[in-house]
Amino acid sequence: MLVLISYDVSFEDPGGERRLRRIAKACQDYGQRVQYSVFECVVDPAQWARLKHRLLTEMDERKDSLRFYYLGANWKRKIEHVGAKPEYDPEGPLIL
Amino acid sequence: MKKLLNTLYVTTQGAYLAKDGECVAVRMDNEVRLRVPVHTLGGIVCFGQVSCSPFLMGFAAERGLGFSFLTENGRFLARVQGPVSGNVLLRREQYRRADSPEASAEVARSIISAKIINARRIVQRALRDHGGKIDGSPLDKEVSHLKDCLQRLQQPVSLDVARGIEGEAANGYFGVFDHLILSGEPEFRFIGRSRRPPLDRVNCLLSFIYTLLAHDVRSALECVGLDSEVGFLHRDRPGRHGLALDVMEEFRAFVGDRLALSLINLGQIKKDDFEILETGAVRMTNDARKTLLVAYQKRKQDEIVHPFLNERISMGLVFHVQAMLMARWLRGDVDGYPPFVGK
Repeated sequence: MLVLISYDVSFEDPGGERRLRRIAKACQDYGQRVQYSVFECVVDPAQWARLKHRLLTEMDERKDSLRFYYLGANWKRKIEHVGAKPEYDPEGPLIL
Repeated sequence: MKKLLNTLYVTTQGAYLAKDGECVAVRMDNEVRLRVPVHTLGGIVCFGQVSCSPFLMGFAAERGLGFSFLTENGRFLARVQGPVSGNVLLRREQYRRADSPEASAEVARSIISAKIINARRIVQRALRDHGGKIDGSPLDKEVSHLKDCLQRLQQPVSLDVARGIEGEAANGYFGVFDHLILSGEPEFRFIGRSRRPPLDRVNCLLSFIYTLLAHDVRSALECVGLDSEVGFLHRDRPGRHGLALDVMEEFRAFVGDRLALSLINLGQIKKDDFEILETGAVRMTNDARKTLLVAYQKRKQDEIVHPFLNERISMGLVFHVQAMLMARWLRGDVDGYPPFVGK
């Protein structure tokens, strides 16, 4: 299934940058960055549980916000992209 | 059922693969061109001058990712392998059966039968679809010849006899293969199988696809803990993946030959997509190689109903299913190994 993750990390305290970096890193380990704080991750339920746990431990619930959009397995029909930053299809042929 | 994981093919010369967190980062000209999480990948295949960090190799080995290095023309060079995986009892049983002439002959017979059935279906299909356009009489003759070969395999013949029948069937099949090529171009005439190096365009295509198949089948076998080097039909030889070649026989015609034929017959691969070297060897251009890889990946995503499991799965997973069935046969869960017969 595809999960779309977007986040806002607060920079109010000095720990903000560190949290931002670590949240981005966790997302990157499981998916691709489609915009600055938006990631698309193709994961199975077990991987999703692991990723979500990792994100929830990294974030500070009083200051940061995370949003998860569950797009299911037939996500290809639900996404349209216009403009710069072409992404790759994680389930299509990967040939470089 | 397990998910069909993607394979990353790197054909750009001078690319560098590195581990980046849990991702594979592909760098070209010091710029990260692609970053793919490793958990979505089942294998990485590098063509030609592609280098790779030792950390990535270690990571791939740890995750059980098939990682192969091929020359630009698709000749196998090396692979990365981690600690031997899987069950020692299973592997021991595999060696025992490979040592037994009776057990080897039995599984070899069923694999060769599947190979012949699949080849025969290709010929029949051509007759059915293009009966008007092609000269049918040699094809008709070959269909009955292959049927005759199949009938002889029904008897409990020895391994050597079975291999003899296989050779005869392959000869007959490749003897009429030229009739299956609809392109009028003289460059795509097929005279006979030639390899190392392939001497014409069709052979070049076939060899390349067979290498890709071998990579996938080998990875599938190793995923279930079998030793891909110890085969039943293909006997041991250093550096040869006997079992991978055995299981691959079932797919040669159904996946490989059909793909090659449709690329040529639909005009996706043209005669200018090849280079002829001074030695007479034929080589594909970079663009043609990419076209082929895309077609191959697409083919693996096609869904079929597996004849033995009766389940809808993608073609790419069939390699894994066959590996699993092979393991089940060795464990004694099924009476015989059910080879793959395509529709």
